[in-house]
Amino acid sequence: MDALSIAIAVFDSGVRLSVPLLFACLAGLWSERSGVVDIGLEGKMLVAAFAAAAAAHATHSAWIGVLAGVGASVAFALVHGFAAISQRGNQIVSGVAINMLAAGLTALVGNAWYSQGGRTPPLDGAARFQPVTLPGAEAARGVPVIGPLYADVLSSHTVLVYGALLATLLTAVALKRTRFGLRIRAVGENPAAVDTAGVSVAALRYAAVIIAGVLCGFGGAYLSLAQAAGFLPGMTAGKGFIALAALIFAKWRAWPALGACFLFGLLDAISIRLQGVSLPWVGLVPVQAIQALPYALTVVLLAGFIGRAIPPRASGLPYVKER
Amino acid sequence: MTERVSPGRTEPGGRRWYSIAAPTDQRDDDPRMTATPALAIELVGIHKRFGEVHANKGVDLAVRRGSIHGIVGENGAGKSTLMSILYGFYEADSGEIRVNGAARRVRSPGEAIAAGIGMVHQHFMLVEPLSVTDNVMLGAEGGPRLAHGARQVRAKLAALARDYGLTLDPDAVVGDLPVGLRQRVEIVKALVRGADVLVLDEPTAVLTPEEADGLFRLLRILADEGKTVILITHKLREIMAITDRVSVMRRGEMVATLDTAATSPAQLAELMVGRRVLLRVEKNEARPGAPALVVENLVVRDAQGTARVDGVSLQVRAGEIVGVAGIAGNGQSELLEAIAGMRPIAAGSIALDGAPLGAAERDPAQLRRLGLLHVPEDRLRTGLVPSFEACESAMLGFQDEQRYGAGALLDRGAIVAHTLAEMEAYDVRPRAPLLKTAKFSGGNQQKIVLAREIERGPKVLLVGQPTRGVDIGAIEFIHRRLIALRDAGVAILLVSVELEEITALSDRIVVMCGGRITGERLPDRTDERDLGLLMAGVSDRAA
Repeated sequence: MDALSIAIAVFDSGVRLSVPLLFACLAGLWSERSGVVDIGLEGKMLVAAFAAAAAAHATHSAWIGVLAGVGASVAFALVHGFAAISQRGNQIVSGVAINMLAAGLTALVGNAWYSQGGRTPPLDGAARFQPVTLPGAEAARGVPVIGPLYADVLSSHTVLVYGALLATLLTAVALKRTRFGLRIRAVGENPAAVDTAGVSVAALRYAAVIIAGVLCGFGGAYLSLAQAAGFLPGMTAGKGFIALAALIFAKWRAWPALGACFLFGLLDAISIRLQGVSLPWVGLVPVQAIQALPYALTVVLLAGFIGRAIPPRASGLPYVKER
Repeated sequence: MTERVSPGRTEPGGRRWYSIAAPTDQRDDDPRMTATPALAIELVGIHKRFGEVHANKGVDLAVRRGSIHGIVGENGAGKSTLMSILYGFYEADSGEIRVNGAARRVRSPGEAIAAGIGMVHQHFMLVEPLSVTDNVMLGAEGGPRLAHGARQVRAKLAALARDYGLTLDPDAVVGDLPVGLRQRVEIVKALVRGADVLVLDEPTAVLTPEEADGLFRLLRILADEGKTVILITHKLREIMAITDRVSVMRRGEMVATLDTAATSPAQLAELMVGRRVLLRVEKNEARPGAPALVVENLVVRDAQGTARVDGVSLQVRAGEIVGVAGIAGNGQSELLEAIAGMRPIAAGSIALDGAPLGAAERDPAQLRRLGLLHVPEDRLRTGLVPSFEACESAMLGFQDEQRYGAGALLDRGAIVAHTLAEMEAYDVRPRAPLLKTAKFSGGNQQKIVLAREIERGPKVLLVGQPTRGVDIGAIEFIHRRLIALRDAGVAILLVSVELEEITALSDRIVVMCGGRITGERLPDRTDERDLGLLMAGVSDRAA
């Protein structure tokens, strides 16, 4: 393979790997901009992946699978919302509980239903999302460089990939240009200001938490219905946490979140590509070292290269009217 | 006394059209007042309980349209609770709110806004990273898309700038604005929402005297336009200077409503406290001795490297009180903390009793042993531990002393007994050493801190904001204690944002602005205007 086709293959794989990160990152963005810290992204994606695979298996419809995934994720989001908003509980504890509950529950129910060690049966056909070919992709393939780039990196992904792009656009526009977005931005910085302006703090935060649930639902469904063909226990593999890192990296903004998630996806793709490859001077790099690359880079990037990332001021703080 | 907006005077803009002549009030005969109800706001029999505390006990209040109505009372008298009920923050247990003569339920700020009530909170309700426009339209965006609302808000901002001189840059980020302008944003927020009644809670706490005068001129113009202003304050000077009528609250009850012209600060103070109060601190001439605290060219930098204290030199002699005046945030806090050993110093020297302090001595514990004691500005953050029992807060920093027990174990009995003795001496109420510190009122918490520090026999006492959030009765007590301490030969460095306190207590006044000393004055040879100019950084004319 020549350098170009390797690059294109890596980029293509980077796009695929960054999509669940992007969904989770946008989910975290909505939640945290409203003032609710969400470390339960991982758990919500996991239940969504399971519910999507189970529903798709039962109905042979990928779309019903997505619906089920979104429903399960929103249900978990509401639990987090109830604890964090209505009960003014500790948001970190609630998020950890969501993650543990999701990990345990999916394995338990999966084993009880399918007796395949927590897996769902493999999905195929209409139960999975198939790649869509963008118009003109085949015709463009002949054009040097740009052609394969369009045909392989941009085209031939599942509809959920384009959905993630659309979600980024919608998030950016909604936050910046709509009344709802202004209120969300305000409630994450100073809920008292929103309250005294006659707007319900709880309603805004619930709305944001539900949006986070929906986005995590798509992310989870993508894992089990598009990237893989079925559910595997623990298949989120820390993506919810990497998404949180990307969120900080992007300083809680939508388009930078897209960039950050693509960067992390690309790193992941490169690390897969490097397995078993002998590098000049270094020699054969151990698989474990390569797999650790994205995480190591996350630490390095977060430690020194992004400058001060200031979270929304009220994030993590339950809103209590002062006496 | 400072000037009062006198009844006969024509205000800027010549819009005065009613008389506020006090004793014979003829406003009810004014034809303009019969057209619409003369009372903009009526509160009738308002009761509100928070658990044990009966914050409002059957409060009645009637506020005339187009007037500036002051509400005074000590901390905890129930003023803020009453206004929070009017603004829908709390719902009253019983009672009625009437707006323009008609009973209305006001159960949320949204309903208050709909009823034409706007509020400027003491702690601004602003979103700092957002622009002025975003802040003003928050909650009143006029549609799901922002662009339309933003255009309207800009037009309204321009109109307010034209009509009232309320100039604001619509694109400025609120977090970058000085406090005076932030307050302006709050006022504009209320006006843009069509408020007819404007409630201001302690609006001048953060302003320079000049800014406060500007605010008062604005309030007068608004009142002349027919808007109604309710001003909550504990500063009697402001009540006398600006209000038409004044209501006094004490312990949850409304004790009097008077025409301002027919009352005096002494009468109001008496009504607030329920007994006669000395507004001026009685003190003898100071007899200063040798310099006890000498600070030379002190520079203190913050974490970003900005000089918060920029070459300050001052000395405090035994038996005198030196007051540091200034608007909050001009380096006074950092100065105090640096002298107390809580902050590193970047340059300069500090000497105690003629002996320069080395780095090893500039440590809070060591300084205390040397006789430099400190009543910190923020008693809840640095002076006390709110969740501790009072007796534990009363020994903080001195827990190693013999009297609290020997060796590793503390002697509970001795601690409680000692705290009780301090509580007796400083009249801390209730005398309950085992009660949580947070349960005491601000004044009593402050007395606990003062007792702890003063009982150690200081040579130099640093005092920051000794009466912030403290009621008049306790202020009097604290002031008398500080004077007695001065007379006993202690050198006292007092930092306060209350000019009245500085002028009443100090034997010398230094004024800080931007980390530098902009002037030094004797309290009997200066006035508020003079100090205000120095506080605003207008350099010393005497130089």
